[in-house]
Parts: sequence; structure tokens; C-alpha cells
Amino acid sequence: MNLRRRYLRDRLMVALVYLGTLLVLLPLLFILGYVFVKGIGALNWDFFTKPPAPPGEPGGGMLPAIVGTFVIDLMALAMGGLLGLGGGVLMAEYPEHPLNRPLRLVANVLGGIPAILMGLFAFVFVVVPMGGFSAFSGSVALAILMIPIIMRATEEVLRILPWELREAGLALGLPRWRVTLSLILPAAKGGIVTGLLLALARAAGEAAPLLFTAFGNPFISFDPLGPMDSLPLKIYVYAISPYEEWIRQAWGAALLLALLLMVTNFLARRALRRS
Amino acid sequence: MRDKIYGQLGDRVFTAGLVLLGLAVMLIAGLMAWELGAGGWEAFRSFGFWGFVRGSAWNAVAEQFGAWPFLLGTLITSAAALALAFLPALAAAIAVAEYAPRWLAEAVAYLIDLLAALPSVVYGLWGIFVLVPLVRDHLEQPLFLWSAEHAPALMGVLGPPTGIGMLSAVLVLALMIVPYASSLARDAIRLVPRAQREAMYALGATRWEVVRRVVLPYARGGIFAGVILALARAIGETMAVTMLIGNSGQLPYSVFGPAATMASVIANEFAEAEGGLQLSSLLAVGFLLMLLSLAVNLVADFILRRMSVGEGRK
Amino acid sequence: MKRFLPLALALLAAAALAKGVTLSGAGATFPYPLYAKYFSVYHKLTGVRVNYQSIGSGGGIRQLFSGTVHFGASDAPLADAKLAEFERKFGTAVVHVPTALGAVVPIYNLPGVREPVRFSGPVLADIFLGKIRKWNDPALAALNPGVKLPPLPITVVRRSDGSGTTYIWTEYLAKVSPEWKEKVGAGKSVAWPTGLGGKGNEGVAGLVRQTPGAIGYAELVYAVQNKIAYGAVQNRAGRFVRADLASLRAAAELDDFPADARVSLTDTPAAEGYPIASFTWILVYRDLDKNRAVKSAAEAKALAELLDWIVHDGQHYNEALHYAALPEVAVHATEANLKALRYRGEPLLGE
Repeated sequence: MNLRRRYLRDRLMVALVYLGTLLVLLPLLFILGYVFVKGIGALNWDFFTKPPAPPGEPGGGMLPAIVGTFVIDLMALAMGGLLGLGGGVLMAEYPEHPLNRPLRLVANVLGGIPAILMGLFAFVFVVVPMGGFSAFSGSVALAILMIPIIMRATEEVLRILPWELREAGLALGLPRWRVTLSLILPAAKGGIVTGLLLALARAAGEAAPLLFTAFGNPFISFDPLGPMDSLPLKIYVYAISPYEEWIRQAWGAALLLALLLMVTNFLARRALRRS
Repeated sequence: MRDKIYGQLGDRVFTAGLVLLGLAVMLIAGLMAWELGAGGWEAFRSFGFWGFVRGSAWNAVAEQFGAWPFLLGTLITSAAALALAFLPALAAAIAVAEYAPRWLAEAVAYLIDLLAALPSVVYGLWGIFVLVPLVRDHLEQPLFLWSAEHAPALMGVLGPPTGIGMLSAVLVLALMIVPYASSLARDAIRLVPRAQREAMYALGATRWEVVRRVVLPYARGGIFAGVILALARAIGETMAVTMLIGNSGQLPYSVFGPAATMASVIANEFAEAEGGLQLSSLLAVGFLLMLLSLAVNLVADFILRRMSVGEGRK
Repeated sequence: MKRFLPLALALLAAAALAKGVTLSGAGATFPYPLYAKYFSVYHKLTGVRVNYQSIGSGGGIRQLFSGTVHFGASDAPLADAKLAEFERKFGTAVVHVPTALGAVVPIYNLPGVREPVRFSGPVLADIFLGKIRKWNDPALAALNPGVKLPPLPITVVRRSDGSGTTYIWTEYLAKVSPEWKEKVGAGKSVAWPTGLGGKGNEGVAGLVRQTPGAIGYAELVYAVQNKIAYGAVQNRAGRFVRADLASLRAAAELDDFPADARVSLTDTPAAEGYPIASFTWILVYRDLDKNRAVKSAAEAKALAELLDWIVHDGQHYNEALHYAALPEVAVHATEANLKALRYRGEPLLGE
């Protein structure tokens, strides 16, 4: 009797757990499906090759935003990658260094700060001193977002590597920096690339830090010191607008951005699995 | 000892480089805190720190500013979103880590991670054109009409059934943090040692009993910490909320009604504010937002340390 | 990493090569559809790129003050105190360049109502004060005999950002409603007693379009282009006037135009005039070298030429987008102001 009740409860809980899972997955799959269906109709040749048309006029495309997304994000990755890698290597390879404790604390703190505050930072310290909105200032904001992610990922992968590897290098008479650069980093390459790509994917979807920095630009621009457009920014501006054509293109941009992020995530996983 | 470790020239240059990079990171964090604190100084000085925190006017004409409506808006929306998201997220984590066959678990985990990567503006876009009409026509208006007939006292609590407002913002926030909370809980559950489970099964426990008596107690520190981190995510979430919450500087007074959060008011007004006290007040709101996020993250850290049974990794 | 760095360098190099003049401006959303048209045409004509971001008039003024843009744009002229502050700070004046005449119209979303709804100033004020809460309120019904107004609750939609459109709207409401003047006042961002906040004219129009029962205010072109219904407003002469080119021109029939171009048109006494009309202005430093965003004489010259083009040839594009062209007096006053633009003391426009 008692046993039966226990089994019954077990079944019930299985059902509830799967129900909960469905509750999580269904709306999210619905969003994804909706973005796909709505977005696919907006993706055409013009979308990828034309600058936006003045409001109310038909046509136009997203080329400046697509180009800008790549420029801003790659510059951010270069800056954030350098700082994040440096911090991560310091924490993992020099565990006895006095800077480590405060650095770890700062990394945790930075990781918990909302992205919009990175935008404020870049506005005050880059936009105003440089006298203008710029892609570079947007990259700075996104780079700060990436730093803690890259730092943590780098530290974690390096920690996993056996100490014997380092000892082997040192036994060969290699100085510590050579061991780090020629043995440790190559051995951890997969994991580090994963960290970089995940940070990139996280930052590339953010619009909030770009509101007061990259600013947007209807023309194709490669000038890092001038304003530049970006897909998340464009989606925001178009989504809240009353223009049919813009809203249609916002769906297309959302799909494109989602696809780009998925590919980045997929590459990140593959890099991890390879190593 | 130190001389041996850092003795060689190459090593000294290399570590100096790393330290420089580390210092740069710390400098950035320091400057950020300083900029928000110093920028907000004028507002804190004019209204007093608590006067600003508890002030409920946001009026650029009268130059009266207070963060209370936005603080409340942030706290209410993120707490409500977390309450909605918690059980489903936990269920999904248990399903993936304990119940589902390997192929299904992998597929579900992959999907959840994928959805965690969808950007905020995409949730906002979907929110405006799908969720808001849905909520308005099939939830808010029927409820509103029902209360108008049967419980007029409730109408004030419900607020205007326009679809744009707190309810929609909470729902989208919940959807956004579910994948994040779930993957954190999943990681915590996966850390439970296999032997613990097997011991329970050997005693004749059912699967649920194993989950209830072993897995959840063992993983509770990680799960709670995950929940709090999800809360932190919700607190800082900007774009989707800005697009859906209705951006009203009044105290959030009703379920359907418009409100604003700290992040949304900055997104809305920072580029537009004309300067002076309003700008300083916005930076002060940013300062409070930073303090709140820090506090929440510290709590998560604390819980992770205190409530973990034994050591998880290594 | 290693692969990205050369790419970034290559991009920098490409940027250095592709050097046409690029001007950046920010501000009002009220004239944004028109400016987007101007700058798109001007790019094709001259190759000069003008990047205009519609972030709101308040933002335009602040960015102009912080020297992050070549020009700001606003639908509210700078107040005297602000002008004095500017002169103290930069040692030069702000030049107001009017570009067009526009109307702020009450836009609404009332399914089933075909006829344009009529409003009066006090009724609009009461709606935005949250005192009139239903579309079939007696005050509205009295203005609209024969129109079947639904018993829908009114959802007020207004701006969430600092806005010149808000300034025009609230300035008008403050002129016609003492209660509005006392409780809310006129300004670019006010403490709204009620309603949803939308970002920019775009955001307000977007929210109204999405929300049955909503009322908001936006520039005429946003209503027309998006087929959003807009109402007639009773003017000082007692007539119900819908905004169009004729009623705009009537509101702007001025005998004399102030030399600094700062003039308010709301609550016009003209019998046929639309009561919530306004000029919209581009704001620039008179001594352009004092603006940190203007980095060379070439940029200053390009900016002056652009402004000259806008007040002359550019005016042809106004009316297709439902803005009225500048009246003759305004063009004359502005020509004189543009001749005063200088870079390091050198005037930028010839004859």
C-alpha cells in the first residue's frame, strides 16, 4: 500500500518535472520559431546590400548595421581578449601573485554589473573626451562586458591542465614565460577560443551599451572614430517605430542576429570538444 | 624565493605585462564606480542620499528627482519574474540532469543554452508584437472586465489593461532568465556525486525520493546561488524591459500599469537628458543600480560558500 | 586573436582611405523623416554624408553643448538663460536655423470611429491630466455630436525622453489650461500625471498604433505615413482645424520674424490656423571652430553649405512630407544668420 503510494508519487513527480520542462521549452521554441518565420520573409538581396531608406519610403536594407556589428564586435574582442587573457593567465599561472585576490574580486564584480552601465562608462570616458560618438567607444563598452567572461574561462581551462606539463617544461630549462606561451597556452587553445567566442556571442547581442556610444549611422562606415550602426541597435530603433517596413526589417535583423549568435555558440562548443 | 620565481629578465617582463593588464582591468572597474559616484554626487548632495533613494518625484521641470519608483520597479519586476521562472527552471534542470535519457537530456540542454544566447532586443521585439497583444486581449481585458463587474475594488490594483506595462515586462523577464537559471541549477545538480544517489537506490528509494532527499539537499547551495544570479541578471536587464514596461516615472501601483526600472530609465533618458541635475540624477540611479547588483552578487557568492554541502569541484 | 588583428588594421586603413566629409547631428525626432530625406538626397548630390540620429530635442541640445555633434536639432528654441550659459561657456552664440514648419497632432487608435475626432485645448489637457478617462466622456461627446464614441478607457501615450514635440504640446496645453500650467507646466520633459512613455515620435506613434483606446501626440507626418487617425483641434478663433499645409501656413503668417528666429506659433490667433504648430530648428555654433566636433575648416564649410541648401533647395522636399516650407521672412532672416557663420574668424559662405 505504502509502496504503491510511493510509486504513484514518483510517477506524478516525473510528470510534473517534464511538464515544467515543457513549460520552459515551449514558449522559448515559439519565440525562436516566430522570429524565424517572420524574419525569413524580410531577408532579401536588398536587406544585405543596401543602406536604410528614409522613413516611410519602401526598400532599403541593413548593410551599415551588418558591417558595423562586425567592426564593433571584432574591435571589442581584440581589446577584451587582450585584457581578459592577461588577467586569466596571471590568475592561473601565477597563483602566488599578490594581485590575484583583488583581481579575482574585481572580475566577479565586473561580471555582475549590468551592461548598460558599461555604456555610461564609455560615454563618460571615451565619447566626451574624444568629442564624439564612435564605434570605438561602443567597442570599449562591449570589451568591458567581455573581460570577466574571458578571464574566468581562461583561468578555468588553464587550471585544468596538469602541473606536470609545466614541470616538464621547467625541467627542460625553459623560463616560466616560455612555458606559459609555448606549452600552456597552445595546450589550452581550444578552451580559450571557446571562452573568446562565448564572450563575443554575449556581447554581440547587447544593444544597451551601444545606445550612448556607437550611436547608429545610416551610411556604411569603417571609421572606428565615427558613429557606426549595429544590428541590436537597429532592431531596437525599428521595433519601437510605427513604420511597417521598419518593423518587417527588424524581424529580419533579429533572425540574422540570432543566427550569427547561434553559429558563434556552435563554433565555441566545437572548439571545446576538439581540445 | 620570489627572486627565483621572477628572477629572469624574460619572466620579469612577462609578469610585468600581465600585471599591467590586470591593473588595467582593476582601473576600469575603479573608474566605473568613481564615475557613477562622482557623477551622481550633485544629486545625492541636493536631495541627501536617503532623500534621493526614497524620493518618489521624477520631475525635470521642478528639478525634483528621486529613485524610489525605479528602485521599486526593478525590485518588483525582477522578483516576480524570478518567482515565475524558478519552478519551471528547476524542473528543466532536474529533467536534464536526472530523468531524461542521454540523447534527450543533451538535446534539451543544448536548446536551453541556445535560448539563453538570444539577445534582449529580440525578446523585446517579440514582446511588442506577440506577447503584448496576447496578454492584452486574452488576459488583461477579460480580467479587467470581470473585475469591473464583480470586484470593482480590484480594478485599481489591476490597472489599465493596455498590454504595455509591468505584467508583460515580468513575463518576458521570466522567459529570459529561465534558461540561465536552469543551466546554473543543472550544473549544481550534476555536481552531486554518483555514489550518493546509488546509496539511496540501494536502499530501495524511488527516483523522486532520491531527487528529494539527496540531490536537492546536496545541490541546494548551487541552486540557490544560481537563482540569485538569475535575479541579478533580471535586475540589470535593460532593452526588453524598456520596450515593454511603459516607462512611467510614477510609483508602480498596479499589475498591468506602466512602470520603469533603474536600467530602463537610464536607457530612456541618458542620451536625451539636457544636463545639470537631471543628468546627475541619472548617474546616481546608475550608481544605485551598481550597488544593488553588487549586493545581489555578493549574496550569491556567500550562499554558494555557506550552503554547499562539502566541496563541489576539486 | 591573431587572425583578427590584421583584419582590424585593414579596416582602419580602409577608413583612412574612404575620406569624404561626414557630418553628424542629433536631436529632434519631430523633423526626422524630413531630415532623413534631406540627407539622403544631399548625399547623392554632393557626396557629403550626414549622420542624423533622432534622439530627442533635449539630447540634441545636450550633445551640442558637449561638442559631440556638428549640429543639434530641436523643436524648442533655446531659452534666454540657456543661450547666456552657452555664450559664457564657449564664447560664441548659438544660431537657430529654422528648417520647416510642422504640426503636432493628437493621434489616437479608436477602432470603428471613421470621422476625425474633435478636441479642444482644455479637453486635451484634461485627458493628459488623467481627468477624462473614457472616450465616451460627456466633454468629448459634446465636442463630437453625431460621432459614436466607444466606452473604451483612454490610454494616454506620451514621451519618455526629453522632447521638443513635448515642449510644443505642453506649451500649448499650458496656454489653454490654467490647471495644466499649474500642475505640469511646459517643458521638454515634464512629470506626466499619467500614461505610457514612448521613446521619440516614433515610439509614441508605435505605441498608439499598437494599443486600442490610446491617444498620443506626434508630428503630422508620423500619423499620415502610418495611417494613424488624428483629430481636429479647436483654435483660438473657435474653429475646429485639422492640421494640413494650409492651416500650418495660416498659423505661420507672421508680420515680422525675430532676427534670432526664436518664435512660438502655438495657440495662433489666425482664424484658419492650426493651433499646435511650430518651426523646427537646427542649432549650430556661430564660430564653428569652438565646437570640438568640428575638426577642420572643410567640415565647417560643408556644414554651412548644407544649411544653406536646406533653407533654399531643400525646402522643395518639405511639402511631400507634410511639413510646410519656410515663409519668405524666415528665409531672409536665416540667410543673414548663415552669413555670420565663421571658422577661425573666416566667414564660410560667400555672396
